[in-house]
Amino acid sequence: MSMIAIRDLNVWYGAGRDLVNAVRDAALEVTPGESFGLVGESGSGKSTILRAITGLAPNWSGHIEIAGQTLTPGKRDREFYRRVQMVFQDPYASLHPRHTVDQVLGETLHLAGLKGIDKRVSQLLDDVGLGSKFRFRYPHQLSGGQRQRVAIARALAGEPDILLLDEPTSALDVSVQAEILNLLTDLRDEHNLTYLMVSHDLPVISHMCDRLAVMKDGEVLETLTVDALRAMEAQHPYSISLLKASVV
Amino acid sequence: MSDMTLREWLLSDAPTSRRQARFASLYKGWLNFRSNTMAMFGLGILVLLVLIAFCAPIVAPHDPYAQDLANRLQPIGTEGHLLGTDSLGRDILSRLIYGSRITLYIVTLVALIAPVAGLLVGTVSGYLGGWADVILMRITDIFLAFPRLVLALAFVAALGAGIENAVLAISLTAWPPYARIARAETLTIRSSDYISAVRLQGAGPFRIITKHIWPLCISSLIVRVTLDMAGIILAAAGLGFLGLGAQPPSPEWGAMISGGRRFILDHWWVATVPGLAIFTVSLAFNLLGDGLRDVLDPKGNSQ
Amino acid sequence: MTLLDVQNLWVKFPTRQGLFEAVRGVSFSLGKERLGIVGESGSGKSMTGRAILRLIRPPGIVEADHITLEGRNLLTLTEKDMRDVRGEKISMVMQDPKFSLNPVMGIGDQIMEAYLVHNRVSKSEAWRRSVEMLEAVSIRDPERVMRAYPHEMSGGMGQRIMIAMMLIPNPQIMIADEPTSALDVTVQRQVLDIMDKLVRERGMGLIFISHDLNLVADFCDRVLIMYAGRIVETCDAGKLHEAKHPYTQGLLNSLPRFDQPRKHLDVLKRDAAWVNAPDEEGAA
Repeated sequence: MSMIAIRDLNVWYGAGRDLVNAVRDAALEVTPGESFGLVGESGSGKSTILRAITGLAPNWSGHIEIAGQTLTPGKRDREFYRRVQMVFQDPYASLHPRHTVDQVLGETLHLAGLKGIDKRVSQLLDDVGLGSKFRFRYPHQLSGGQRQRVAIARALAGEPDILLLDEPTSALDVSVQAEILNLLTDLRDEHNLTYLMVSHDLPVISHMCDRLAVMKDGEVLETLTVDALRAMEAQHPYSISLLKASVV
Repeated sequence: MSDMTLREWLLSDAPTSRRQARFASLYKGWLNFRSNTMAMFGLGILVLLVLIAFCAPIVAPHDPYAQDLANRLQPIGTEGHLLGTDSLGRDILSRLIYGSRITLYIVTLVALIAPVAGLLVGTVSGYLGGWADVILMRITDIFLAFPRLVLALAFVAALGAGIENAVLAISLTAWPPYARIARAETLTIRSSDYISAVRLQGAGPFRIITKHIWPLCISSLIVRVTLDMAGIILAAAGLGFLGLGAQPPSPEWGAMISGGRRFILDHWWVATVPGLAIFTVSLAFNLLGDGLRDVLDPKGNSQ
Repeated sequence: MTLLDVQNLWVKFPTRQGLFEAVRGVSFSLGKERLGIVGESGSGKSMTGRAILRLIRPPGIVEADHITLEGRNLLTLTEKDMRDVRGEKISMVMQDPKFSLNPVMGIGDQIMEAYLVHNRVSKSEAWRRSVEMLEAVSIRDPERVMRAYPHEMSGGMGQRIMIAMMLIPNPQIMIADEPTSALDVTVQRQVLDIMDKLVRERGMGLIFISHDLNLVADFCDRVLIMYAGRIVETCDAGKLHEAKHPYTQGLLNSLPRFDQPRKHLDVLKRDAAWVNAPDEEGAA
């Protein structure tokens, strides 16, 4: 059984003359515990796939299946959101500017219907390597890396099975990127998570993932294992050009 | 914490409790505000106004309603009547002092009604979008299309003259701009990642609007309300002047100007003094609003 | 030949907690070369670029022993002279072309305006020269681009247009602040190649500010590594991987390597002593 199965997925924005087909006939499959990467340049539709899964992009057709359950366009229930969570690209935009870390995590736990919120908040902060001294800070009192750790803690609060990672480190410095990627590696081991990670950065994807799909203009060009990528066995000319541009 | 001064505790970058985090952010806002001299000046005037209104019976030298026809239209600086007397011989200073209560009453009521209504309509319309947005915004447009004072006049004419009705009329004409601001802010906030993030926790529209969008809209509304206060005071005074607001013998400032109008050429102070009072308070609100904008503007608040 | 010489440059900002020093005593000189300035966010690399052009607004404070261009100290020039320097001697390319181009003005009009400011020629001559400029930055259909508006351009095209505009007055020095960070990797290459070609052909000096170590190592001749407002190390770009300073090594090791898979990346351990380490002499 696969954790995420996507077939014939089409996602579009707008209507009529302004219709944009962001994703066209995409298909991919992620097995439980796997880390799967989506690589592509801006506008290739890689983030749109994540938004379709989470329901943030409401206009889609095709087949999306999460752990055997078929999704329909429209509202997702809380049970779904306990199972699937997302980390956003820009840690400066993904935290409410007027809410402390405590409020952010407390509300998330409350919405997930969990008990013992106080203890769980400390536990979450420890899990992402922040510690309780950061608990009552506002986002503007945190660095970019610390904010992203809070965002990861928020995603982990409901104890999900699947984490959707939308360029989680592209807004960070390389040294901070290393810390966050290490954290994500460890969390996957500890919590048995399945990752679907989007990035434009091929070295980052190949570091984090087992398999990846290359996307361009809304289409999945090819799916291959990272080992095959390293062995320079990519078939599609675009994948090869991307590979060449990324490996200096 | 024992070897820490209160100031250090408040300015700490690593608060250790919910209480400290909240107080610290308030204190930083206050420090920002305090560095703005003009805004502090405005705040000072308003604090003074509140104090005077509160202690009116103690501060006022005379009964504001006591008539003394023998001493009518005394000039400024008359023995016992610092700001002179009006056409019925009532002490203008005392009337001003009691009038500040009415002004504050109007200002408070309008400030409670109009922005709240605007916030509600604006955020709901902005967040829900679609038909709700179209309907609510067209209603707002209809209210915006009327000149403010004329609409207020119509309301007062329908409901009868009096302070409460004047307040209601002003509020009903004052909310549409707030709805517009709140909607515009909501539209930018709605598409931000932190709202997406809370939607992904399964939060419904009610929670998102009240807990996540309101706190961000409120600051710009507070600024706007403060800046509009001058206009509200003037509208109330205008209604009073036209005889549709506070009724005589109530010492409302607008009504006082109206009463002094007949003597303006020979006894200028009767109309001028309450006019100056309106001017001062309006100015104070404007200065305060400017200062609050610097403190509350979320965009400039990163440091 | 030295084009620009910076000696002991400081940039300070007053804050509630006291004076914040963004750049702390930076010295370097630039010849006809491609000089990279690398550092993480907050290292003061962008501030250095802006301070040279005196683009730091009050309450920010810029101090230096001297910033010398052609024997003139830029710090002592009047604002009017400085405007000439900014246009004709040193030009700057910013990170995101979307914010650098006027959205309500046609691209052609903007390029021509820039050209007419510096040259007294007829409109038709300005148009012809502008088209040539666009050709020089490898824009395939320059006549069409001249008639277009900024929002119709992709990021890569926008950045090429910016470079074309910056080159009109034939400056001696170009300061590029993260010029390719907002672009896709495949487009990045093309833009860099264009910049490279122009710098070589015209014998310009280039200051290339970036956070991307590998990109700078590949593209520049010489690299300054900045940390906490200081230059901690200067080295030849080709020998960046032999860098000695632990900060530089740490940065390099924290990058995921395509050819060397490993479970955990090395994490940079910051040493408090780096902040106070003496400034590396950056003169060529």
